[in-house]
Amino acid sequence: MKAAVIVFPGSNRERDAVAALEAASGTKPHLVWHRDTELPKVDLILVPGGFSYGDYLRSGAMAAHSPIMREVKARADQGVRVLGICNGFQIITEAGLLPGALMRNAKLKFVCRTVHLRVENTDSPFTAKYRKGQIVRYPVAHGDGNYWTDAEAVKRLDGEGQVAFRYVSDAGRDDGLWNPNGSLDDIAGIFNAKRTVLGLMPHPEDAVSAFHGNTDGKPLFDGLVEALS
Amino acid sequence: MTTAQQPEVSLEMAREFGLSEGEYNSALEILGRKPTYTELGIISVMWSEHCSYKSSKKWLMTLPTTGPQVICGPGENAGVVDAGDGDAIIFKMESHNHPSYIEPFQGAATGVGGILRDVFTMGARPIANMNALRFGSPDHPKTRHLVSGVVAGIAHYGNCVGVPTIGGETNFHPAYNGNILVNAMTVGVAKADRIFYSAAAGIGNPVVYVGSKTGRDGIHGATMASAEFSEDSEEKRPTVQVGDPFTEKLLIEACLELMETDAIVAIQDMGAAGLTSSSVEMAGKGGLGIELVLDDVPMREEGMTPYEIMLSESQERMLIILKPGREDVARAIFEKWELDFAVIGHLTDNGKLVIKMHGQTWCDMPIAPVSNASPLYDRPWEPTPAAAELEESVRALPAGKTLGDILEKIVACPDQASKRWIWEQYDSLVNGDTRYMSGQADAGVVRLPGQTKGIAVTTDCTPRYCLADPVRGGAQAVAEAFRNLSAVGALPLAVTDNMNFGNPEKPRIMGQFVGAIQGMADACRALDFPVVSGNVSLYNETNGEAILPTPAIGAVGLLPDAVMAVGIAFKNEGDTILLIGETQGHLGQSLYLREILGREDGPPPPVDLAVERRNGDFVRGIVREGLVVSSHDIQDGGLLVTVAEMAMAGGIGANLSGLDGADAGTLFGEDQGRYVLAVRPDKAAAVQEKAKAAGVPVTVLGKTNGTALTGRGGEAITIARLKKANEAWLPGYMAAAE
Repeated sequence: MKAAVIVFPGSNRERDAVAALEAASGTKPHLVWHRDTELPKVDLILVPGGFSYGDYLRSGAMAAHSPIMREVKARADQGVRVLGICNGFQIITEAGLLPGALMRNAKLKFVCRTVHLRVENTDSPFTAKYRKGQIVRYPVAHGDGNYWTDAEAVKRLDGEGQVAFRYVSDAGRDDGLWNPNGSLDDIAGIFNAKRTVLGLMPHPEDAVSAFHGNTDGKPLFDGLVEALS
Repeated sequence: MTTAQQPEVSLEMAREFGLSEGEYNSALEILGRKPTYTELGIISVMWSEHCSYKSSKKWLMTLPTTGPQVICGPGENAGVVDAGDGDAIIFKMESHNHPSYIEPFQGAATGVGGILRDVFTMGARPIANMNALRFGSPDHPKTRHLVSGVVAGIAHYGNCVGVPTIGGETNFHPAYNGNILVNAMTVGVAKADRIFYSAAAGIGNPVVYVGSKTGRDGIHGATMASAEFSEDSEEKRPTVQVGDPFTEKLLIEACLELMETDAIVAIQDMGAAGLTSSSVEMAGKGGLGIELVLDDVPMREEGMTPYEIMLSESQERMLIILKPGREDVARAIFEKWELDFAVIGHLTDNGKLVIKMHGQTWCDMPIAPVSNASPLYDRPWEPTPAAAELEESVRALPAGKTLGDILEKIVACPDQASKRWIWEQYDSLVNGDTRYMSGQADAGVVRLPGQTKGIAVTTDCTPRYCLADPVRGGAQAVAEAFRNLSAVGALPLAVTDNMNFGNPEKPRIMGQFVGAIQGMADACRALDFPVVSGNVSLYNETNGEAILPTPAIGAVGLLPDAVMAVGIAFKNEGDTILLIGETQGHLGQSLYLREILGREDGPPPPVDLAVERRNGDFVRGIVREGLVVSSHDIQDGGLLVTVAEMAMAGGIGANLSGLDGADAGTLFGEDQGRYVLAVRPDKAAAVQEKAKAAGVPVTVLGKTNGTALTGRGGEAITIARLKKANEAWLPGYMAAAE
């Protein structure tokens, strides 16, 4: 699997993403600067976490208009897989690759902790290595993870199997008490309609080794390597 | 020289700028004339307490600063130690107390920004942040607002720049009601042969300004930070700077990229006193002169005067001396990162600071005589009288209270309660190299990027000990740092000190400073734990009320493999719990005394440095041999609180048969040099043997077991109960503000 990691001014989890991709695929991903206008031939584009342009406007809003994003959208339209993590989720949502918006956390504070997620749909290269309904632990670290879309769209997301992950308790309870940011319907990550694009707030790339004390994020990268190699 | 458009200088104006009459007179003498307005501004910040260390230097010189591991001690932007294999660790802790009280969010944020720059200016990529915070009484009407603002400010800055915040400490005490302490620490890693220093060299070499534009923020911040507060301190808000962590992140990447080339001669950040201190220090260290043309300084506002430009403390700016002809290489890098880049002057051979603007000269003064004449005071001081020992009867447990009630109260008191509400606002995981963060181990642990080798980082100080006995308190802060690093298995390398005290012109306060330094120096010497960097913050007083003496110690230790580090949590049922070290039952200045008996008296516990070293070396050794499952040093709250913390962290209880019949001294005394370890039962005998051989006292306390602490007369104290009390206090307290 060949991958590209897009770097914006203010990206700060690109190294974590590179390490996770390299460990899973054995190949170093390309680092692509936001001002570039062309992408190498790749099977996966990863938009990493951070604070692109300081997120002084709406998170991801500036980066969504960086020169490279035109090319990312074109490749996504061709079916190249796109993974947006945290700020990357915000950026690809602002760029229109995914529906909805990410607002300030309901409690208005940045939150860094390990959360439990339920894998809602395994019919994608991102989630194929998990069991449907499996509870996994990923860390979150964000201030703007409060996913919102209108009621009609939520129904559509659910009906079409576009919800990838939900915040739940360690035992899988989905009563809203485990949601770190107040997102609608406890949504932690969503797919596009074709399930070729995934955006999620939590960080699978920081849970891929014994060193992290958590390997629950590894199947996500292994699944991509298996599907795209 | 023309002085058009500059106000006329007078003694009265010099006083307003914080200079004494004697200091003003020596300025007249050095220059042989009256200084210009711009010159007076420059002299006043150079001679401010904040920049000149005039009250503290005499005593700071007595600290040990050398050792085989030290690459660069105090005097540069940060300290540098050898981490083996060609790696160097660069670190420093610095205060941003005065600004954080006046404007907590920006004050704390720019504190983080400043200390980050001190570290990456030397060529290091920052890999960990810590912070030591002291707030006033929770009952004080401003405390909530200050906690909320400081924490949000640290989070805002540290999270955005992508450096994990892996630990720290937070205390509350009424003595900080009018002067909170915000001490921020950054640790970075560099190649030992690629360290960048600040001494200018090469006559004619270009002086380059990079980073943010200069505005009117923070003018005379260093002078403000060198004075006491009074009722009108809130009016000083305009002297607080505003931080932009996004620009800092770009500045880190751009500077590190430039450092990969051979273009740099010297580099320094513009911190306190901005362009003044950076230009004067760089030229002064190189024994050269410097000429600046301020028209070329990138400016955010129109109509700024030379005085304002020289004294601005706008953030995220650096001054670089380049090799001749390398301007284009450097410019391309800063343009890529969308940062300002301007050649604003050059080095000269005349030893003078010359400032030009609008075709006029605004400052023309010799650097060395002004720097060297920076006053140095031997302030009168008096030792702190020794506290009376406590009566023996204090050791009896109070009637009418169960042990569960006592323990619950201590783990829920503001100093001891979980600080999860704080640390969850910090990104502790970015970079994917964090092994242990707040609440998980005695020190934060990260691995070096791309390596298995790790470092452990801790910040420590027990201000109530320092108030009662500054010498003991100073030694204890260093010893505790040594213990916290040893507990996780790290070899203590070196120390950075952040000396926070009241008004040094009062002999009692100066005595606290002198005592703390003496205790620290003794401990650093005995533990081979030199001081490589530091910062002094004096005048932490409001309306004559001083803070507790707070010599905050930041320290770094080395781990051959970060994965071998051990945390505090109990991990298995049936592990043997061992107490390392000797228990006398010292209750003076203990949390038990304060929280349960309502007393803050007695002497703090004595610190036996030989014992600290012996016990620390022993614990580190067996952790590294893989014999230890859980490890926690005994500090605030004593033995039982330590065991309770290990139980809460792991969700596993303990049967403490070894504590049958123990009194309050044994359970809650804060004797130094002790650790609680959990080891697999089949390893317990081997560990005891090794302890005996090393002459280290070891006692079996019991076994990890169940979901409660049991074993003393059958009373079971559930972990759930303790955890609830421990976790509830801070969120409950902060929620009351919302």
